[in-house]
Amino acid sequence: MSEMIIPSGVIGRDTVRQEARAKVTGAAHYPSDMPVPNAAHAFLVTSGIARGRITRWRLEAAQAVPGVLDILTHENTGQESKPIPPTKGGGGSTTTLQSDRIWHDGQIIAVVLAESFEAAREAAHKVRVDYAEEAPAATFDSPGVEVQVLEETLEAHEDPRVGDAEAAFAAGAVTVDATYGTPTQHHNPIELFTTTCFWEGDRLTILEPSQFVQGLATTVAKQLDIAPNKVQVISPLVGGAFGSKGGATARTAWIAVAARWLGRPVKLVASRSQGFTIATYRAETRQRVRLAAGRDGRLQALLHEGWEVSSRPSNYNVQGTETTSRIYACPNVWTRVNVVHADRNTPGFMRAPPDLPYGFGLESAMDELAIALDMDPVELRRINDTRREPIKGLPYTSRSLLECFDAAAEAFGWSRRDKRPGSLREGDWRIGWGCAASYYPAKISAACARVALSAQGARVDIAAHEIGTGAWTVLAMTAADQLGIEPEQVEVHLGDSTLPAAGLAAGSSHTASICNAVAMACRELRERPTHAAVTANAGPLAGQDPAALRFEGGALRGEKGAAEPLAALLGRTGPMDAYAEHVPHGNPPDAPEKVKQGTPMTTGGAQLPDLIQYGFGAQFVEVRVHARTGEVRVPRITGAFAAGRIINPRTAHSQLMGG
Amino acid sequence: MRPFTYERAADLGAALAAGTVPEAARQHIRPEVQYLAGGTTLLDLMKIDVMHPERVLDIRPDAAAQPVIRSEEGGLWLSAVASMAQAAEHPAVRRDYPVLAQALQQAASAQLRNMATLGGNVLQRTRCHYFRDTAFPCNKRQPGSGCSAIGGVTRLLAVLGVSEHCIASYPGDFAQALIALDAEVEVLAPEGPRRFPFSQLHRLPGDTPEIETTLRPGELITGFHVPTLPWARRSLYLKVRDRESYAFALASAAVALDLRDGVVHEARIGLGGVAAAPWRAHEAEMVLQGQELTEACAGQAAEAAFAGAVAHDDNAFKPELGRRTLVRALMQAAAMEP
Repeated sequence: MSEMIIPSGVIGRDTVRQEARAKVTGAAHYPSDMPVPNAAHAFLVTSGIARGRITRWRLEAAQAVPGVLDILTHENTGQESKPIPPTKGGGGSTTTLQSDRIWHDGQIIAVVLAESFEAAREAAHKVRVDYAEEAPAATFDSPGVEVQVLEETLEAHEDPRVGDAEAAFAAGAVTVDATYGTPTQHHNPIELFTTTCFWEGDRLTILEPSQFVQGLATTVAKQLDIAPNKVQVISPLVGGAFGSKGGATARTAWIAVAARWLGRPVKLVASRSQGFTIATYRAETRQRVRLAAGRDGRLQALLHEGWEVSSRPSNYNVQGTETTSRIYACPNVWTRVNVVHADRNTPGFMRAPPDLPYGFGLESAMDELAIALDMDPVELRRINDTRREPIKGLPYTSRSLLECFDAAAEAFGWSRRDKRPGSLREGDWRIGWGCAASYYPAKISAACARVALSAQGARVDIAAHEIGTGAWTVLAMTAADQLGIEPEQVEVHLGDSTLPAAGLAAGSSHTASICNAVAMACRELRERPTHAAVTANAGPLAGQDPAALRFEGGALRGEKGAAEPLAALLGRTGPMDAYAEHVPHGNPPDAPEKVKQGTPMTTGGAQLPDLIQYGFGAQFVEVRVHARTGEVRVPRITGAFAAGRIINPRTAHSQLMGG
Repeated sequence: MRPFTYERAADLGAALAAGTVPEAARQHIRPEVQYLAGGTTLLDLMKIDVMHPERVLDIRPDAAAQPVIRSEEGGLWLSAVASMAQAAEHPAVRRDYPVLAQALQQAASAQLRNMATLGGNVLQRTRCHYFRDTAFPCNKRQPGSGCSAIGGVTRLLAVLGVSEHCIASYPGDFAQALIALDAEVEVLAPEGPRRFPFSQLHRLPGDTPEIETTLRPGELITGFHVPTLPWARRSLYLKVRDRESYAFALASAAVALDLRDGVVHEARIGLGGVAAAPWRAHEAEMVLQGQELTEACAGQAAEAAFAGAVAHDDNAFKPELGRRTLVRALMQAAAMEP
């Protein structure tokens, strides 16, 4: 667990990103920047309808474009890859080239291959398709959508409940019954969705920005029916991910198929607009929240029901009620989640997938309850603060929600608030102040790491991911801290599925997961030079008690000021390395094996048997609405967050500012 | 790959920058050529298969050339190859025509304003999603194929000047200011230069939405003449959009007022974000003329401006937003102390 990291001068030091200069000077190589000789270029053709079947391809004009090599469709290569396996929630998967079926607008239906990007794009624009079109159902309330109550249809699904919430709500002194909606949101990061594949014999290499290289490698291996150890994914830098690069998507396997088909590397850089339909997204939700409280503000009932849009076959859902049922003290809680199947692409992870939409519902309802009670919204949260979550009565590992509220309220100037509607005004701008709680499950997964030490410095090998959050730097800082050297003396190798396996860079779990694995490897590593130093006849530390030696300032230091520089010691002994597999609290012993197989288990949050583990925050905003034209502007946001131990203040600040 | 020829007309670029176009430049004026200056629209549309010129003639002036913006007989001359940023920052533009400077400043992003030229800006094509996505029929892109926007997503699209064949909105800002100020446009035609009111440059879609301007093939805009209008110091451009910056207008108003003792002697109103082409709201101006500029009077003018609005589903909010935008712009202009 986290106490393995012993604070010293490096952890918590404001540290420049190791790759900062390369990034700002344009020298950094993202996967599609890596030179691949003799690559053919791919351009995707996507469906122009949202539901139906392809009845005829008209490819002649496209094939006639000079430089076109081939066009993959369901008719010639459709059986060479299986669909993406179902994601969270199970169910089935939408297909792409596997059949003539169109599941959603903008679905990948063909891949044009050409000698140049421009030729592939030109030919893709000339592909014509005849469809048998059916009327699509787009979203909530569209005729033809199917509503699935998860608890009635999925055995593994569990809706958190306690007490008799209906009765308590009916008997409530003060109640709120409100419905909320959250919109569709797309990540579409600055770095486009790209994939380059090449084969060397039966070995496949994939260059693709990824938040989980092991997962991408094993998924594509399954789709292509090849051994996972024949697939290598390389992703040293990711230019923004936000969840969109967490799971494999359909494009990757088709580029691998194309590379095999042509017998040469194939590179795809999907267009910006295609990023909205070939990748995942946050689906729109609807929620009904009912709260009942006594006149003292104490919650008596909390009922939270959600509806989430998904594709026709997939049960993907985020079920944020797992969190919203556990934030405030309340004896009677009832939740339910439904999936609404429409003719859409399957949604996926996006920035706090469950907690953002469902938290918006709960926090909005708490504000409405505060109004109904004529109570300050911060006070309402104070009254309903709890040390134990209400569903199972488990204690929080830490609960600093009110400390966050107090700190943020102070910084924001909340005490100057005049709560009368219309009381704050600047010219034609009506001004409102508001607040909300932040909560996010503190999660961690197993990870493996190798650390080597030589006269030149240290080297860390771990299949971690630099998605812009600063993982590269915190890995170097962790190893430097543990080995008594400077971060600049640590060379980090990450973003490659052949390195020791680490989990997803997702769910705010990555720093905790990977740094603990690296720290553990460092601890094992430290024993060896220590042993060498005290037993070697010639060294300055010969004969000292190994337990009293410490790594500090680039040297191994003992009693009475005796020290041996690491460079000298390692020069004498030769390089050394150590490998570690870290199994966090709540993970089964085989967790590292699961990570290697691409099926990691991230635990924490509300999923531990004995504890409940969350990070907290509080946010205050000033919102302006123009009295005449209704523009909504947010000129000021103040937040306070209890985010655990801050490894690098610079990148943590960037994260909390929304980066 | 789609081949096209690229030519650099350095002498024409230099002439445009200097504000004088010699006879010799006429050789460049010919049909089937797309002129390239800033390239901020043309290159995008070529990449997404919407425009397919066979020849591209680059008229960008030399980097060292400072395209002319100068006072001339009866007004101000703005070279067509001046960048949006250059015009927006010009002291005479800022001082004498705030509506012009503000319309330019609120358009696009700083990077685009540095690249894009005034001539290209007034000719920029619609942002209608269906025009830009070749998977959909579009009468503007492919005459006679149908309008996918009608019955589709229309939040950005027009409610004034639309037809049953096209409801695309004109996306620009600068043009609303030009039309309000009674500017003129000068073009180089095969038979020589001609100058005409800017309000005659654009055409409404009618049943030929593919024809957007009255320019004949090969004609080239060389610049704009903005007449002297001392009271235009009381003018402004109000742009209402979802996002504070780098977004197209949902509704905008270019307003200039000749206000004497609270009474409107003359009013000029251009409307953007709501119309199929740069839009002059003459009916609204007539309502205001000779009246005391009160909230009620501004409201009546706004009613007149949108009397002919035709909305489609998503953009049903636009007549109301457009009216409110105009009222706000008029009241703000009245409160100015020029």
